[in-house]
Amino acid sequence: MIQTFIVIGYLCLLLGLGYLSSRFFRGSSNDYFVASRSIGPVVLFMSIFGTTMTAFALIGSTGESYRVGIGTYGKIASWSTLIHTACFFLIGLPLWSLGKRNGFHTQIEFFRARFESSKFGYVLFPILIGLIIPYLLIGLMGAGSAMQGVTRGAFPELFPETNGAIPAWLTSLVIAGVVLYYIFAGGVRSAAWANTFQTIVFMIMGFLAFYMISTKLGGLEAASAMADAEKAVRAGNIGELQFFSYFLIPLSVGMFPHLFQNCLTAKSSKTFRLTFVAHPIAIMLTWIPCILIGLWATGAVMPDGVTKIVPDGTNPNSVLGIMVGKLTSPVIGGLVTAGILAAIMSSLDSQFVAVGTMFTKDIVVHSFGADKFSEKQMLWIARGFVTTIVVVTYLFTLVEPRQVFSLGIWCFSGFAGLFPLVFAAVYWKRATKAGAYASVIGGALTWFLLFQASGYGANRSFLIGGAMPVVFIFLACAVSMIVVSLLTKTPSKETMEKFFPAKS
Amino acid sequence: MRLFILLYMIALFVLHQDFWLKDDASLLFGFLPASLAYHMAYTVLAAFGWLLVVKFAWPKFADEPTDDGGEAK
Repeated sequence: MIQTFIVIGYLCLLLGLGYLSSRFFRGSSNDYFVASRSIGPVVLFMSIFGTTMTAFALIGSTGESYRVGIGTYGKIASWSTLIHTACFFLIGLPLWSLGKRNGFHTQIEFFRARFESSKFGYVLFPILIGLIIPYLLIGLMGAGSAMQGVTRGAFPELFPETNGAIPAWLTSLVIAGVVLYYIFAGGVRSAAWANTFQTIVFMIMGFLAFYMISTKLGGLEAASAMADAEKAVRAGNIGELQFFSYFLIPLSVGMFPHLFQNCLTAKSSKTFRLTFVAHPIAIMLTWIPCILIGLWATGAVMPDGVTKIVPDGTNPNSVLGIMVGKLTSPVIGGLVTAGILAAIMSSLDSQFVAVGTMFTKDIVVHSFGADKFSEKQMLWIARGFVTTIVVVTYLFTLVEPRQVFSLGIWCFSGFAGLFPLVFAAVYWKRATKAGAYASVIGGALTWFLLFQASGYGANRSFLIGGAMPVVFIFLACAVSMIVVSLLTKTPSKETMEKFFPAKS
Repeated sequence: MRLFILLYMIALFVLHQDFWLKDDASLLFGFLPASLAYHMAYTVLAAFGWLLVVKFAWPKFADEPTDDGGEAK
């Protein structure tokens, strides 16, 4: 019960932060959507890092480590330390520069201008929204699972159907409401402030959980000695080709709409420098405790020396919650749960803002004209659309749940598969409008067919010839872009000069 | 220096596949599985690589002054 009150206290703190940031809100859509491009290096780093670390990084990584062992770090986190920053450098920085020069607020505005196609956004928008919904779903599901794991037995009379735990649907609902409040209050500035605060919270709480759990298990050496030795190696758990092909997954950050928007908030290019260097280290500091907790969960037993702390057959989503719930004190359990929710909310907020911005700018304003709406009306359109998407996502959480890690990988595979589109747009002058359409349609279609073949994510070990499906989605997108661009008319001279200015 | 950084990054990309540790169950410091320890060191080297990029290979276009930008055309 104490855990619940601590979490409620934390959520109230966030509501207060949202209210405070709303006092700085300038009331303009430019401030709401890109914080008037005024964010400094520390907040930018915290914001980008907090956004990329979601339920996937904490709950998903612990569950996956429990399921397939320590190779989980190498296949995702370790690749991300190289590839994420490469995306910030090769894509984020040029897009920030182009965005600032041309006043872009969203990816679609950039693509429309680069590919000289007003209608391109109508094709890309539903695909991006379709891919972001599973991402939101991960967050809401993760929050529900974590809270249910930690509060088991706390309210036996109130929630008998979940063994006294706060049911996942209730936590998901409350979390969605809190995040909606603070982004409605101050837009992307609120999200950036909340991200900074929450990133600090979840990193500190992660260490606290790691320390408490390892101590309770008799120290680091005793904890690792208890673990299933087969999960301490990669062989037999993750194939070599699968391990290698995971390098494509982190390319997804190059196509995340919310990261594009985060990049646009930077005050200057130098603002990115801290992010480049600190991001890999922060990934390590977040993931390693989770990977080890997941490993220890494979063999950790109660003081009787027999009963497993995490019973066989447990849903991997619940592993972190169970370890925290059973191996820390109620107060620490509450603080750590608040930290887990912080990580989840620090992603949801940026995603909510990005979804609202895209709908307002790319669909409504683009279709009807900016002069048809006042600043206030634009903000309310964004808020209305975000609320609709959140309600739809929330309804999805009520149907059959999927494993957070598996669903996350499918979501990232879709975004990573579209990476050739943004890479060609930035670096390949010969990339054409028809090539862009072909790459998006080819990539999205391949993604959908493979997702369907995997039973919509139900088959957690779905591979093609030992490789991750993302390889084929990426190839479909890249080949379509190259072949169709080479067969069609090059962009106009004006566009070339705008996007590829001559070097002085 | 830029060539050195490029080669450094390519080397990192190749060295990710630690096939020689894939079935090594030994524990570094008594608790850290060998492959996990390797990838922690890899992460530090990746961060160092990006530090080199920031110090010695920062793109010129990124330092060019830009106006505040208006609404998208």
